[in-house]
Amino acid sequence: MPQSADKVLDHAPLFREPEYQEMLENKKVKYECGHPDELVQEIGDWTKSWEYREKNLAREAATINPAKACQPLGAVFAGAGYEKTMSFVHGSQGCVAYYRSHLSRHFKEPSSCVSSSMTEDAAVFGGLVNMVDGLANTKALYDPDMIAVSTTCMAEVIGDDLNSFILQAKEKGSVAEDFDVPFAHTPAFVGSHIDGYDNMQKGIISHFWNKTDARTETDSINIIPGFDGFAVGNVRELKRILAEMQITGYTILSDVSDVYDTPSDGEFRMYSGGTSLADMPAAKNAKATLSLQEFCTPKTLAYCKEKGQETASFHYPMGVKGTDAFLMKLSELTGKEIPESLRLERGRLIDAMADSQAHLHGKTYAIYGDPDFVYAMAAFILETGGEPRHCLATNGSKAWAKQMQELFDSSPFGKECQVWAGKDLWHMRSFLNTEPVDMLIGNSYGKYLERDTGTPLLRLAFPIFDRHHHHRFPTMFYQGTLTVLVKVLDMIFDKFDLDTIEPGVTDYSFDLTR
Amino acid sequence: MDETDLQKDLTMSELRQIAFYGKGGIGKSTTSQNTLAALVEMGQKILIVGCDPKADSTRLILNSKAQDTVLHLAAEMGSVEDLELEDVLKVGYQDIKCVESGGPEPGVGCAGRGVITSINFLEENGAYDDVDYVSYDVLGDVVCGGFAMPIRENKAQEIYIVMSGEMMALYAANNISKGILKYANSGGVRLGGLICNERQTDKELELAEAMAAKLGSKLIHFVPRDNIVQHAELRRQTVLQYAPDSQQADEYRQLAKKIHENSGKGVIPTPVTMDELEEMLMEFGIMQSEEERLAAIAASEAQAG
Repeated sequence: MPQSADKVLDHAPLFREPEYQEMLENKKVKYECGHPDELVQEIGDWTKSWEYREKNLAREAATINPAKACQPLGAVFAGAGYEKTMSFVHGSQGCVAYYRSHLSRHFKEPSSCVSSSMTEDAAVFGGLVNMVDGLANTKALYDPDMIAVSTTCMAEVIGDDLNSFILQAKEKGSVAEDFDVPFAHTPAFVGSHIDGYDNMQKGIISHFWNKTDARTETDSINIIPGFDGFAVGNVRELKRILAEMQITGYTILSDVSDVYDTPSDGEFRMYSGGTSLADMPAAKNAKATLSLQEFCTPKTLAYCKEKGQETASFHYPMGVKGTDAFLMKLSELTGKEIPESLRLERGRLIDAMADSQAHLHGKTYAIYGDPDFVYAMAAFILETGGEPRHCLATNGSKAWAKQMQELFDSSPFGKECQVWAGKDLWHMRSFLNTEPVDMLIGNSYGKYLERDTGTPLLRLAFPIFDRHHHHRFPTMFYQGTLTVLVKVLDMIFDKFDLDTIEPGVTDYSFDLTR
Repeated sequence: MDETDLQKDLTMSELRQIAFYGKGGIGKSTTSQNTLAALVEMGQKILIVGCDPKADSTRLILNSKAQDTVLHLAAEMGSVEDLELEDVLKVGYQDIKCVESGGPEPGVGCAGRGVITSINFLEENGAYDDVDYVSYDVLGDVVCGGFAMPIRENKAQEIYIVMSGEMMALYAANNISKGILKYANSGGVRLGGLICNERQTDKELELAEAMAAKLGSKLIHFVPRDNIVQHAELRRQTVLQYAPDSQQADEYRQLAKKIHENSGKGVIPTPVTMDELEEMLMEFGIMQSEEERLAAIAASEAQAG
């Protein structure tokens, strides 16, 4: 046997041992009854054709590998950003295992979240009992200061009404009358995780702000980061920038930077950091609420506006113009000048972009992810003289597509760029085959496109399961953009080296200095 | 409260939301459409939301069956997010706005979820702006959470139950009251009252009044039976449109006026047990007690023998 206790082989080399090779070959011949290799090859090649691309685009009845997750995932993420808050998903248990594993696999941190564990009887009689018992157990077992309730499809299909359920649960004494239990209906079959994020943010904020009618405006501002896989790095970078600008009167609404990055020091932290619940009522008095991601917060911002606040939204402030716009708005609202230190950071970023211009100019890209990220990434690529040829967001709306087109129209490098709202990664596969680009920017799921089409993949969007710790470094603002620039350049140079590495054939260009 | 709050509060209080519930086939849609057609004469701007997969809650106002229901179009386009309000909002008699939620074919899918989807869609897309009344017309019983959507917090303030003197209609009215009671304590929904649609059963008016009293509510109006309703309905019209000067049209005008003046006067219902309900029917001599029934059987057997 190739495997022994003295020398344990990992599964990758193990299955290359002759015993396993033979076994796999036998299995294929005897039991798999597959099509002949030539036919598989032929069909595989056909899927790379223009004819197949057109058929793929005409596809109506199926979505294949959508680049989005469902609402409750966003709701759980939003809830995690508040002080000592436990996310409670009313519905079936398996769904909650999915949110937890998804967040854990990305952040490499435990992700705490509970389910009301509805089963068949709850589906028939309604989930009130599960809510009553669930809230009581959550409080007793995990001692949170707030329980943020969202829903899975199951509770939504049978029409469970969270408002009435939570009131009834409190009447029955499962948690105290004044215990904070904000909620949001988050049917997973509507919209995506960014809508769930929006719904839960609105649920939590309105829970605190609707308690009184009074509002006395202060000079403080609120900032909503939006759903972001790089939140750990980005929220910390945001705080650094606010400190640089000497802005102290602010509240970040949902700050996950600590709970998704706890230290190993012998103490397990189920909760860590987050927006202080004590700050929530006063956040209503803020003069303005800024959203870093417009498409993550339409309902929440509308609510803030209704309460009398000024609102402004951005598309994932990345790149020179993207960061400029955000900093100028901060300066305008707070009356604080943009300091010399940030002006220098901006200059250094532009210097770096100029230094590498020869390698960046004319490079072509395919980008997918959430609408705000794709917008920001494409905008930055245009700033480097690159062409974001295929921009795709499965959860992108018509309004997003329009904004993307306006972005393309604003740059000479946008001429051949196309926006794909509502399309999936199988569509992207066709685009990469028929209209190849130099680089694909997306998340871990892009690795199958990298394998199928040979397009190098840069992982810059949630979720990233197969590379570690990138989320600890910012991708937003000038410093974050510099990180992104370096990642893009690394990939360009790695590819360049790979293409020129063959001795005596291509290595005339295998240069020491690039 | 600042200015925007105040404004919102004013518009909120201006918008009146009501819902019609009742046993299937009782004449809910007919009664509600005739009543709303009368309400429009009082200068009210109305939106009807049909919450019945059969999509016949707006037929008399539109003078045709609504073809484009929210769910039908959503299914065609792939998702509700692709829908535009104009696609589903139709304008009928006297500018009454009509929307049908629609639903799946009988025997498949989940119509309750359809109601939730439709109402969320309408709210989010501004269908409730610029109307004085939103009226929900809801199928049969409150069979599941979805059909309770119109009685959730911030939806209908008052529920009107259409019933008659028939046993099963009374049973349904009692059941619907149970549904209202469930939500009344956690939200603002109240029972506006009963509307009796005359079936010419024994002691119908008295029975309806007694039922209303049992539920802690009142009989809003007793709508007499008149064949003119049939005539109008065959022409896909309300009586108000077909025969505005008829006695029956006046009945609906009275009902509309009573509903309009009933704002804020709804109650938390006090539904009764099945036994109490049967007892009441016995009191009225409509239902026989066990002993009476046995005596009757014995008598008929004796006669036959």
